[in-house]
Amino acid sequence: MLTRRVIPCLDVMDGRVVKGTAFVQLRDAGDPVEQATAYDAQGADEICFLAISASPEGRSTIVDVVARTADRVFVPLTVGGGVRSVDDVERLLLAGADKVSINTAAIRDPLLVRRAAERFGNQAIVVAVDAKRRPADGGPPRWEVYSHGGRTPEGLDVLAWCARVAELGAGELLLTSMDQDGSKQGYDLALVRAVVDAVTVPVIASGGVGTLDHLADGLAVGGADAVLAASIFHYGHHTIGEAKAHLAARGLPVRP
Amino acid sequence: MIAIVDVCSGNLRSVEKAVAAAGGAATVTRDGDVVRKADKVIVPGQGAFGAFTRGLAERDLEAPLREAIARGTPYLGICLGLQVLFDESEEQGPQRGLGLVAGRVVRFRPADHALKVPHMGWNQVRRVAADPVGDAVADGAHLYFVHSYHVVPADPAVTVMTSEHGVVFAAAIRRDNVFAVQFHPEKSQRTGLALLEAFVRT
Repeated sequence: MLTRRVIPCLDVMDGRVVKGTAFVQLRDAGDPVEQATAYDAQGADEICFLAISASPEGRSTIVDVVARTADRVFVPLTVGGGVRSVDDVERLLLAGADKVSINTAAIRDPLLVRRAAERFGNQAIVVAVDAKRRPADGGPPRWEVYSHGGRTPEGLDVLAWCARVAELGAGELLLTSMDQDGSKQGYDLALVRAVVDAVTVPVIASGGVGTLDHLADGLAVGGADAVLAASIFHYGHHTIGEAKAHLAARGLPVRP
Repeated sequence: MIAIVDVCSGNLRSVEKAVAAAGGAATVTRDGDVVRKADKVIVPGQGAFGAFTRGLAERDLEAPLREAIARGTPYLGICLGLQVLFDESEEQGPQRGLGLVAGRVVRFRPADHALKVPHMGWNQVRRVAADPVGDAVADGAHLYFVHSYHVVPADPAVTVMTSEHGVVFAAAIRRDNVFAVQFHPEKSQRTGLALLEAFVRT
């Protein structure tokens, strides 16, 4: 049986991990390669890098980070942040990324998803969707797509957008709730469930994890294929191994 | 020297690094003569079947590969490097493969909506036959898969491992000197490296 995936995410700016110094056991806690290696050793099913930088020069340093990580980490790597073109996708794949995540650029030019998928295969193209809840007005819940790291409303319905990018060739969706992100209150489970039911491609739930039960809920209640989290692992609250043991105890299939 | 054949642009660096970590000396090449002379050949592949077979043709790699396989050079196919061995794929097709193993490549069509396509992630394999390379992977081990199509060998006796995603499918096959897997050993951590090590050694 296909297991559910646990994916730690590292925010990388100018070649350094942005958040804190939780990995006290590492010589260089700010080095994304060292942190990725530690997650790999803990049993991470994949590792996600998100490049967050104001400048294209700053973002380009992620290519070097990916290359150095791929030299020693033999689990899949997903990389996103500032990906604007087929050339950007290619640079990251050649450096050793397995999947490249596109967000704002897909909203500006949805056919970029198709061009990238035709060139590199659906399996290599992830579309990241940042979703924010809209007032329901008594009806069923609705969510709107946001761009630019969750700052700009795009007037797109999340479910329709997810279905469209899957149709265009996205092999996977990385779904982040902007309402829950950073809250430590758990995923927006209604959002995860609605998207999972709307598409046939795998969905990674993201945004809001504060406890191991939140991870389990994202899979068991939301129906996600994978769960992504940053701070719960980053600050050493829990190891990936603890997370997997918890998921297994809740009856979810995980890779030991 | 092991030749890692560069058929299409993609993630060959990971395969190269994983083979090195498994103790093998490998070179990534698109030179047919290097393929002909190699001690062993690895053909990784990701993406679309048609683009892959076009890549083989455009880079004049089909004949060298056929020659190497016919001469008995140990071959390891990964993902599309498995699928391309078969007669044909229904991906954007039907499209013709190399026809070195009888059978077809078909899409996953799970009746259960909870089963997503692509089949992406870590799945367990079942060992169905002993194999000098495949024996490095234990029955029930988890390996990393990412694919929307799977092979259906005409002769079930070629199947070395199976996995399941709505259907039971062939995850590894053997025909003489040709061994090929649907999963990605280069992305399957220790288990994958053990398999590559076995290929390097045999």
